[in-house]
Amino acid sequence: VARTPNRQIEHLLRRAGFGARLDELDQYGGLSVHDVVDLLIDYQSIPDTVDQNIGKAGYVGTTTRGVFSPNTNITDARQRWMFRLVHSDRPLQEKMTLFWHNHFATGYSKLVGELGALEATRYMAAKASEDRAGLRGQIELFRDMALANFRDLLLAVAKDTAMLVWLDGRTNTKARPQENFAREIMELFTVGVGQFTEPDVYAGARVFTGWNLQRAGTAAAGTARLEFAYVPGQHDTGPKTFSFPIYPDGGTTIPARSAADGMQDGIDFINGLAARPATGRYLARKLFQFFVTEFRPPDPGFVDRIAGVYISSRYDMRAVMREVLLSSEFWDPRSIWGRYAWPVEYVARLLKDAGWVGFSVDSALAPLTNMGMTLFDPPDVNGWDAGQNWFSSGAMLARMNFASTLAANQRFNLSAGSRSYAQTPESFLAYYTSALDMAPAGSAVRAEWLNYLTSTGTWTGNDTQRVMKASGLVHLIGGSPEYQLQ
Amino acid sequence: MKATRREFVKGGVAAFTVTFAAPEFLSDLARAQGARARNLVVLFLSGGNDGLSTLIPYNDPFYNSRRPTLAVPAGQVLQIGTDSSRAALGLHPRLTGFKQIFEEGRLALIQRTGYANQTRSHFLGTDIWSTADPANPQALGWIGRYLDSLPSPADPLIGWNTTGVLPHVLLAGRTPVPSIANPATYSFASPNAGAEAAAARSAALRIASHVPVDRPELAFVYGSAEAALATLDRVLTVATYAPSVPYPNTGLGQALRAVAGAMVRGIGTRVFYVTTGGYDTHSGQNTNAANGFYYNLMATLNDAIIAFYNDVRRQGMLEDTVVLFFSEFGRRISENGSVGTDHGAASTMMVLGGRVNGGLYGTAPNLNPDPNNPTLENNGADVRHEFDFRSVYARVIDAWLGADSVRLLNGDFRDTRLSFI
Repeated sequence: VARTPNRQIEHLLRRAGFGARLDELDQYGGLSVHDVVDLLIDYQSIPDTVDQNIGKAGYVGTTTRGVFSPNTNITDARQRWMFRLVHSDRPLQEKMTLFWHNHFATGYSKLVGELGALEATRYMAAKASEDRAGLRGQIELFRDMALANFRDLLLAVAKDTAMLVWLDGRTNTKARPQENFAREIMELFTVGVGQFTEPDVYAGARVFTGWNLQRAGTAAAGTARLEFAYVPGQHDTGPKTFSFPIYPDGGTTIPARSAADGMQDGIDFINGLAARPATGRYLARKLFQFFVTEFRPPDPGFVDRIAGVYISSRYDMRAVMREVLLSSEFWDPRSIWGRYAWPVEYVARLLKDAGWVGFSVDSALAPLTNMGMTLFDPPDVNGWDAGQNWFSSGAMLARMNFASTLAANQRFNLSAGSRSYAQTPESFLAYYTSALDMAPAGSAVRAEWLNYLTSTGTWTGNDTQRVMKASGLVHLIGGSPEYQLQ
Repeated sequence: MKATRREFVKGGVAAFTVTFAAPEFLSDLARAQGARARNLVVLFLSGGNDGLSTLIPYNDPFYNSRRPTLAVPAGQVLQIGTDSSRAALGLHPRLTGFKQIFEEGRLALIQRTGYANQTRSHFLGTDIWSTADPANPQALGWIGRYLDSLPSPADPLIGWNTTGVLPHVLLAGRTPVPSIANPATYSFASPNAGAEAAAARSAALRIASHVPVDRPELAFVYGSAEAALATLDRVLTVATYAPSVPYPNTGLGQALRAVAGAMVRGIGTRVFYVTTGGYDTHSGQNTNAANGFYYNLMATLNDAIIAFYNDVRRQGMLEDTVVLFFSEFGRRISENGSVGTDHGAASTMMVLGGRVNGGLYGTAPNLNPDPNNPTLENNGADVRHEFDFRSVYARVIDAWLGADSVRLLNGDFRDTRLSFI
């Protein structure tokens, strides 16, 4: 069946989700924007059952090597996440999980070098309900706290095992403070560059001395793990003074405390960072680029308003995101198609548009790496270099080639639906351009698509020709520059 | 935030159209440029290289006391003599190939390079080294500006980035640089075969030529697609390159193999970008243990570079080649509690090539933690720069690329002491 477009809802689902399956269009298409935003944000009312469908007929496939082990095998963890991007009924939760994964960018490859593949995967991806020790991997933390209070999220991240390995907090001791986490929590996680000084970094490192890891559980029970521990003997008990307020009264010094009470230093520091207006503005700019548009600088009015909601709601990301999705900037015509699709967004949307039955997300993993995006492994703590940086010629070729792979795989499914639209090349083309949700293409490009349909022989619309041309056309459309916008 | 650098540089769109309008002409141009030429390989050591473990002042009285576990014993460093301050220096024990190149007079080691008020941020630091513009680190890359200064239309393969994502240093206003991580997979797939596949490829090529100049952000993607399609055949010739020596099977080794292949096949590329990571050694740096972390970093670097050096020499192209190494900062002098080193300031730069005047440039830091020690900064914690890194760039720009460093770097950074080319 041809798709009944709903431009507003499709824009919303591209940004707050990963495009729209036909059933999502049906579900949301008849509702008002406000109602859809409510459903997206208050996602707890929708059961979180997506993982139960992995391996079932009618869904995108996964490839198992022995037993499917997404909690302990990173390839399977990537497959599970790609499956969720396509099939989750809580699209904004997955979108925010991706946002936080990029914001608190932690790389599996460092963990695997230090801890081995099994443990590294657990700390990145394990679902607490499926782990013998109830261990929750970092991505599951982001999923659970996708729209949580930002201050709570920050504290959870500071105690997260993967983060304590990634930024070396586990070796931060009073004799030799470790600056890595202290620097990045200010530069990348909260206030941003220019809002702190080098001495703040040194003081911040001392704040987190003793925020380390300890071994727990037993190998025999399968519960062995590293977990957060505050080690009083490793904490620097002296006062720490910053160039900015830590306390609501404007105080800039974290007082000297006994070693036993010293963990409060880190909590005070995180509370202080969360409360800084600069944190609200930093998040607002990032949210603008990720959800609204990256084709113009963040509107100052937007940044002020979102930062205001951030402060007035006391860091409630649910309130912040409601404001973002209902903002005039989000619905500004200049924002529609005003962003480059990240590789996983591109792959998930093309799967939703072109079809998935008989395709395994495993076949998307190598192409995603060639497009510059390996889930669980951002290039560094600054996350992926997004925007036009996604479009090196090699990465663009990888996108075109993924469209080819998927179109070849789906050629029978793709052509089956076009039987009643095959009278003319024009009607055939119109069918596919409406099925694939993409930015408008110019008339010269449409003429080339049409030309392609008749380039190798007279148009008959018979089964053989439709299979060939449907896959060829979906390849060209899915690999087109227009499809890379969202 | 790197917002502005992600924004499409307006004004470049029309140039795209011109640049890619005439592929036949361009491949002629490439052939014409493919004869003897000056190739520049820019190699980024990502993460902040601990220069004091690359070029080691092993006799400094404070070296061992400030690095009790990281210091490399004097008997193990590859001693290469003393600099003008009479500091005894040695290369890391695993840099045997670098020592050979140094002894052949083709490796320049430029000590204490950096800049005033050096940032300790990876990201800002990388932006600054990429733009050569501390005051405007969101500017175009300095190599990108150089490419923009070449006569138009530039060959679409004039630059070659061997990583998947375009680095800031190559960001240009009107000269898109292809990213080709693996020449063997740089091909155009089709869901069908035979005539149908050929029709799809020619359709894709024609579509990519319809650059929508009124939609600059979309036009940028067209530029990438067009650059990819226009360069497929030439890149394929690199995939079949048979080097004269084996390269290590590391990312760096394979990237340098592709660079040598592109140079030998004469496909027209003049500037190559290569990166190798892992230098952010906050913990477990393990400099001096065989198979320690930093030891392995040096092994990866050494083995890839010596293979490239020997290969290029045997192909008769060493005289045509300069490799410029940089990193976003050096590291703290005193080791931290994690047997690693935190972010520091100045470090050692390296330049290698057949026409390089090898040797030691500048002076080693004196590691005495006295806050008044003029070779250090940050209360004796970090190395202070003796040379502005832009002076090194200026020499490469003027003496190797034949361009005008004063104009490209927006200032006169020329330094007659830096006579390494």
